[in-house]
Amino acid sequence: MHRKIRASFSQIPLLGWLFGALIVAVLERLVGNPLALALGLRKIPALFGFLIMLKKPVLIPNAILYVLLIYVIPAGIAMRFCIPLANRLAAGLFRFPRGITVAFYLALLYAVLHVWGEVSDYRILVLKLTLIAIMVTLSLNVINGYMGEFSCSHPGFMALGAYCASVFTVGLFVNDRFFGDAFLPPALGPFLFPVALVLGGFLASFGALAVAIPSFRTRGDYLAIISLAFMFIVKSLLENLEFVRGPRGLSGQPDLANLPTVFLWTVICVWSINNFVRSTIGKALNAVRDNEMAADAMTVDTRRTKIVAFLFSAFWAGVAGGLFAHVLRYVNPSTFGIQKLAEVLAMVYFGGLNSVYGSIVGAVSISLLGEALRPLEIFKWIIIPLLLILVMIYRPTGLVAFREFDVTNLIKPKQRSDEEG
Amino acid sequence: MVNFFQNFINALQWGSFYALIALGYSMVYSILMLFNFAHGDIFMVGSYIGFGVSVALIAVASSGILAMPNWLILVLTILISMFLTSFVGIIVERVGYRPLRNAPRASAAITGLMIGIILETGNLALFGARRVSFPSLIETVTYNVGGVFVTNKKIMIVLVSLLLTLALHQFVRRTKWGMAMRAMAFDFAVVPLMGVSLNTMAALTFALGSALAAVAGVLFGVAYPVLDPYMGILIGWKAFVAAILGGRGSILGATLAGFLLGFTEIFVATIFPSTLRDLIAYSIILLILTFRPHGFFGEPYSARLRL
Repeated sequence: MHRKIRASFSQIPLLGWLFGALIVAVLERLVGNPLALALGLRKIPALFGFLIMLKKPVLIPNAILYVLLIYVIPAGIAMRFCIPLANRLAAGLFRFPRGITVAFYLALLYAVLHVWGEVSDYRILVLKLTLIAIMVTLSLNVINGYMGEFSCSHPGFMALGAYCASVFTVGLFVNDRFFGDAFLPPALGPFLFPVALVLGGFLASFGALAVAIPSFRTRGDYLAIISLAFMFIVKSLLENLEFVRGPRGLSGQPDLANLPTVFLWTVICVWSINNFVRSTIGKALNAVRDNEMAADAMTVDTRRTKIVAFLFSAFWAGVAGGLFAHVLRYVNPSTFGIQKLAEVLAMVYFGGLNSVYGSIVGAVSISLLGEALRPLEIFKWIIIPLLLILVMIYRPTGLVAFREFDVTNLIKPKQRSDEEG
Repeated sequence: MVNFFQNFINALQWGSFYALIALGYSMVYSILMLFNFAHGDIFMVGSYIGFGVSVALIAVASSGILAMPNWLILVLTILISMFLTSFVGIIVERVGYRPLRNAPRASAAITGLMIGIILETGNLALFGARRVSFPSLIETVTYNVGGVFVTNKKIMIVLVSLLLTLALHQFVRRTKWGMAMRAMAFDFAVVPLMGVSLNTMAALTFALGSALAAVAGVLFGVAYPVLDPYMGILIGWKAFVAAILGGRGSILGATLAGFLLGFTEIFVATIFPSTLRDLIAYSIILLILTFRPHGFFGEPYSARLRL
């Protein structure tokens, strides 16, 4: 029985999963509210019923029933009976140029997220923060996983990006006490927002030079300290800069980071980092990690490799920071401290080193877990670390480490259709 | 000039906290080649244990069962919390480090960080968010030496930390255990073949380091009698910086760098606005590490083959 279900599910292509998810999301939009009321829940459970279960244990059966009725059963049925259709469609799509196929899949994924998220603002916020977490985790994985250093500076890079982008947008589009009146009409905001993010990324890259140059001469623990010192310096610098209002933080960013923007940037980030780590320089990174001297002997330019990796990684951390600032629309220097560092490191090592897949898994699971366990208040910070310790003990490199993120493999049909065979 | 000496005394006091904690990092590093990131929180736990022990001892003393003068209570508090906290260290090693002996080093760093978070949150869950105040065991006596004010607490703190550093040095140099530790630091692959158990030595170093952290915790409570669950984070990371700055695995280096860090922070705060303290202190550290990347007493890094 168990094996049979598994076998039939292994034939579902990615397209089938996405269709199932879309059907579920639409179903929840249509009948979620009446069903939730009928089951005695006040409104649609925001995160698969976890919050309700932890807040009011009496409602656990109702929440489970809701999840079964809305998510599990419809999705299972839809996916089970669509296997031939989904496979045929996937095979058809597979013949198009790769760009078009991937764009179609991404559009479908976005549709799922959009429909699912529109139910409440809380879901939108969780989605945005999760997507940003994916970006940060990936960029840290480039250094900690692929290059094998232990960088503690990513909150610093994020802070640089966040403040640079915020100063840009607040200065240009908002009537503000500190930066004066708006220079440009707010209508231009969405068009110049990418510029702000890229500027933030460049500033973060520039800051990364402070860590990258010492990395020529030292590795391991000393580099960890240098990057840690960098993080403290950035935080302390921002606390002392009066024109970004010091420790009080910068607020009033225009509401530019909506879900499509964040989604698009995340896709670009995943795409470019995935290509980066599969390129020659990505392979050189692995070589430098495994044995710097041997890599040098094999004509790898270790200095260039290190500096490119640091700048690239910091760039994406900066962009993620810029998005983060515009999602919360408030940043202060203490956001980017040790706490943030522990969170990002947890995501990287939970998901898996040296793997784009792993970073996505880690970022999504730790952020969703963090949100789902929120009603437990402080006990959340006992459960998540314990989980991470267990993962480290039983899988020391993380859940899905050293796995290549191969898009072709991901989107190809799982069952051979007759025409092809 | 008077001002200078006044700050000198303050810096000595701060430096002794950093030095005591940095010693724990350094010793663990020399055996296991990795840093115990939960060490700052072990310092915090030590401080809380000291708080509990001293409150209990005061209760015993005031109930008249066993009359004790206050200085004896302080000494007993230090000794008992050293003993109890060393078990915390052993448990941390057993849970977070021993299962990861053959794992990549970064994984063990992550478990250490996570154990630190668990200790903080566990403490928060036990005592709540309110701060507890350490009972004042000894009267503050202030001596005026040519315009410089020195309190008896400061003298005690500096003396105790220097004595303990010397004691540790002697322990490592003179005793058989110390010899085993040095041998293990030299080569932890071969020494177990000579009949020295790596697990025992790791537990011993964790216990010693935690005991020192407990002393730092109790002394910190005496000097700044407000404890909160997050007090270990910043001081722990700074001591970690000191341990690296001294050269990893070097006892002398860790002590010196601890004092140096204390001096840098205090003197930066007197010359510049105190909000710039972290900025300038860390910039100095960044500069030192840029020009001397292996710390004061560490081995220079080269891309050589390692077994």
